[in-house]
Amino acid sequence: MNAEVRPIRTAAESALAELFASAREDAPGGEAARRVRDDAFAAVASRGLPNKRVEDWKYTDLRALMREARPLADAPTAEEMAAARAMLPLAGFDAQRIVFVNGRLAADLSDVAGPEDGVSIAPLAVALASDAASALALKGVPNDNAAVALNTAFVADGLVVAVTDGAKPGRPIHVANVQTGDAHASYGRVLVSVGKEASVTLVESHVGDASPHQTNTLVGLDLADGAEATLVKLQDEGLGSLHLATLGARLGAKARLRTVALAVGGVAARQQIFLDFCGDKATADVTGVTLAGGRRHLDTTLVVDHTTLNCASRELFKSALDGEARSVFQGKIVVRPGAQKTDGKMMAQALLLSETAEANAKPELEIFADDVVCGHGATVGALDEDLLFYLKARGIPQAEAESLLVQAFVGEVLEGIENESLREALTARADRWLAERS
Amino acid sequence: MLTIKNLHASVEDKPILKGLDLEVKAGEVHAIMGPNGSGKSTLSYVLAGKDDYEVTEGSVTLEGEDLLALEPDERAAKGLFLAFQYPLEIPGVATMTFLKTALNAQLRARGEAELPTPAFMKLVREKADSLGISTEMLKRGLNVGFSGGEKKRNEILQMALLEPKLCVLDETDSGLDIDALKVVSEGVNALRAKNRGFIVITHYQRLLDHITPDVVHVMAQGRIVRTGGPELAHELEAQGYAAYVADAAA
Repeated sequence: MNAEVRPIRTAAESALAELFASAREDAPGGEAARRVRDDAFAAVASRGLPNKRVEDWKYTDLRALMREARPLADAPTAEEMAAARAMLPLAGFDAQRIVFVNGRLAADLSDVAGPEDGVSIAPLAVALASDAASALALKGVPNDNAAVALNTAFVADGLVVAVTDGAKPGRPIHVANVQTGDAHASYGRVLVSVGKEASVTLVESHVGDASPHQTNTLVGLDLADGAEATLVKLQDEGLGSLHLATLGARLGAKARLRTVALAVGGVAARQQIFLDFCGDKATADVTGVTLAGGRRHLDTTLVVDHTTLNCASRELFKSALDGEARSVFQGKIVVRPGAQKTDGKMMAQALLLSETAEANAKPELEIFADDVVCGHGATVGALDEDLLFYLKARGIPQAEAESLLVQAFVGEVLEGIENESLREALTARADRWLAERS
Repeated sequence: MLTIKNLHASVEDKPILKGLDLEVKAGEVHAIMGPNGSGKSTLSYVLAGKDDYEVTEGSVTLEGEDLLALEPDERAAKGLFLAFQYPLEIPGVATMTFLKTALNAQLRARGEAELPTPAFMKLVREKADSLGISTEMLKRGLNVGFSGGEKKRNEILQMALLEPKLCVLDETDSGLDIDALKVVSEGVNALRAKNRGFIVITHYQRLLDHITPDVVHVMAQGRIVRTGGPELAHELEAQGYAAYVADAAA
């Protein structure tokens, strides 16, 4: 990363500095936390928001996308709580649901009955009080990354979920996030540790009204040896919103991680994923679908770091783009010198549904071990005219034929969601996007 | 039923059809035979309305309606069906979903009520059974992993389900072994009806041993150059197309 000297701050950078100066006094976690926050904010302040000259942000110029910094969200009013209740995401999906409204834990809307055996769920403040430094400066995540550093500097609420060794809770845990009311900034952090041989399904959803909110969330996932986790994310924020999200996952030996994400919201959004293989024979299957129209900009940035033996990672990301939408896929698989027998495959596919949509794909492999199987691919194309003709020749009108082909394209990812009602809910959301575009 | 008059069509500005006339009456099966490059497949694509096939002159009407003014899906809803020479594979679109979407789209276009799912399933199973298409195949992606014969049977299943007025079979016999040819031909024969017309496009006479035509046309250089009865197919099989290639070029 270029450490450039930028004496002139943008309006957003100045506003962030003011916001931080007032927020740091009241932020939870005491003195130890304050030091971490100060360092984190200093990392952003010294370099400014990343712009297109910074390699990692080449396609997603945060300085340009974030012209203003929204004020930090206040505790939601009664009206905002009522509005949030009306737009809770994945309402019909059976799970232990914890709801955040404008970044604040909303106990009234949450399933507060005791979690299942072997599962503990606590507010982030608890972790900040006991070990603020490690709850804020996570392992396996680049803490100087602008989105991560801003999250560390400003986050005040969130969850800590722990699944004890061997526990296999039957109900998924659903963290639902709603943004409503005046345009605001909201930060959230969910730290999940899954014990040895334990298994859990975690669902993360984001919805919001049309105001130009700014959200920044971070999920830290720590899988012990033999642990299994499934993480499903729905990013369906309002179409004015700027969504920055980071997933950092550490996998112990023989741990298994599966993730499926559907990104359909926000005027601009970036999902960062950092996978850190810490033990041998772990596997990760990381997938996502991006659907965007209008002039929206959706980014997925992924770094898979193989440091251990016999690990496998599969990445499959698909985007369907209409209007003047842009998608970005940056994926890097790093295989360290000791990481022999690594099996890594990464694929990014984009379907352009208009002449003016744009897909940017930057797959990278950095391999320092000599006995590995790694590959990557990227495709960008329009719908196949011959397939469309075949469907139309059977009486299916153009728009419906296009929808069928896009459904098939994204279905390959969404069908990887094992939970049936969740799979149906996300598929229905994708179908709604298709119906609205035609 | 189908009237083609003086049809001229080009692909990428290259004239392929050069004044083709054809009249198919309800209940008739017309075979169109001809050498490679005579424009047989172009005719089928022009009838179905594929992009890139530009009609420069002439008319095509189906029961009096101007087919050329319609989109491919509208032509299908009016009763035109093209059985493809090379049916396409569409991974991720289950055959069953495809059939249901197609049938309901046609019913909707004709202002008729869509078929409820149970009735649809029953209908498909019946028709699929007679063509030896299993339920497992219907659940698979459209034509994905199907053999050549299975793909052609699947085309006939679509035809049976959509009950078109005019069926165009484009080299349906290509890539079929003798057993598959029998199954497909029986499927077609079962659909022969007083109110339905067929155009069977083929290079070889052997398909016509199974599907007996009422009329046989020879196509060369983008036109119908000779018309006769079933015996014409046998003559062609014995003598080849050489005479027609030379004649049309002259």
